[in-house]
Amino acid sequence: MVEVVRIVLSVLLVFTFAAVGVGLFLVLMERKISAWVQARIGPRHVGPYGTLQTLADLLKMLQKEHILPAGADRVMFELSPIVVAVAALMSYVVLPWGPGLIVRDLGVGVLYFAAVLSLEVIGILTGGWASNNKYALLGGLRSAAQMVSYELPLGFSILTVATVVGTLSTVRIVESQPYPWHTYPSVIVAGAVFLVAATAESNRIPFDLPEAESELVAGYFSEYSPLRFALFQLGEYGSLFATSALFVTMFLGGWRGPFELPVVGSVLSGIFWFLLKTYAVVFFFMWVRWTYPRFRIDQLLNVSWKILLPVSLANLLLAGLLVAWGG
Amino acid sequence: MPLDWAYVAGFALVGGILAALPLGIVWLLAPRSQYPQKLLAYESGVIPFGSAWAQFHVRYYLFSLAFLLFDVEVIYIYPWAVVLRALGPVAFVEMLIFLAVLGVGLAYAWKKGALEWV
Repeated sequence: MVEVVRIVLSVLLVFTFAAVGVGLFLVLMERKISAWVQARIGPRHVGPYGTLQTLADLLKMLQKEHILPAGADRVMFELSPIVVAVAALMSYVVLPWGPGLIVRDLGVGVLYFAAVLSLEVIGILTGGWASNNKYALLGGLRSAAQMVSYELPLGFSILTVATVVGTLSTVRIVESQPYPWHTYPSVIVAGAVFLVAATAESNRIPFDLPEAESELVAGYFSEYSPLRFALFQLGEYGSLFATSALFVTMFLGGWRGPFELPVVGSVLSGIFWFLLKTYAVVFFFMWVRWTYPRFRIDQLLNVSWKILLPVSLANLLLAGLLVAWGG
Repeated sequence: MPLDWAYVAGFALVGGILAALPLGIVWLLAPRSQYPQKLLAYESGVIPFGSAWAQFHVRYYLFSLAFLLFDVEVIYIYPWAVVLRALGPVAFVEMLIFLAVLGVGLAYAWKKGALEWV
């Protein structure tokens, strides 16, 4: 019974955080950063400095008509946005927010993370297919091709860390890191590969071909009415935050910081450092997005299959070699 | 152990409900006025022709096949990564043989042009 309460409470807490700290805040942050990069002002009228802009957008979206396009597959069309959003948020189960503060420390932590995050591609593919729209279908297919291609280097760099540390649990990965983080060459290479692959996994520029707006309208969510589109966005930003948090967990020392904040105690200061690092990584992704142009699709797949995959595979073997002979 | 998966199931279930909740609000609040033109698929303003479920290129299939090959392999590496330190060089050599076979597969696909976007 106690456990049931704890499950429901943790789901509610994480979803509240996801709605406010990820959904509402990251959209605003993206708009502010794009404005900053392009020398504009960005949203500023709703609330102080435009901070309530996304909330206003959400209220507007709630009043918009839902349209099921002619010939669309109703069940898949309705389910896809929910699948994308829930798959992204399910990965939050294994994120270590602070010392002893995790929803559940699964023994297969990072494997679980990679597994649920890749469920997202199913929602995107069925959403594109079910819309009965050529742009949406092409966007969905491109997205599937891209996400599965970059899942491999992502998986291999996660595996490199797991090999060096000898565990899959996210808590143990943080605890076994020397301060401030690992300095093995293998882990650093794995981190670089992870960063590139994570950008592609979350469909962001320079890898945003699935929703390339100048060729595919909006890609797989072309036909979706506002609130379903918002759910897709929640999934996208949710997975962006989750991969940034996993990057922090595996490569940047997780919740540990240079000093413990006074007064608030070790748990709260752990949360502070974890969120600070994660939002810094998110900022990096956004900065890249608004700075670089888009790849062509053949270039995109070449980067994955002919550069990242051999590099990460060789990197994994090198790490394994050192570990096996008592590194 | 089952408790671990109760958390995962709870996330999927409660998460699904919470995600579907706003859709219910839309159903209650939003206006409904639909006519055939509004329901047409969006094709940049022209009337859509043919079905959207047309043929698409086989190259998507090649990439997903190559992905499947590697994704199945990755599953075997996870347990290996955890116990490698305990098992030592023997486990490493065994994995090397396993990966070498797959490496040859990748080289073959590369040579045959399966990784080219044509």
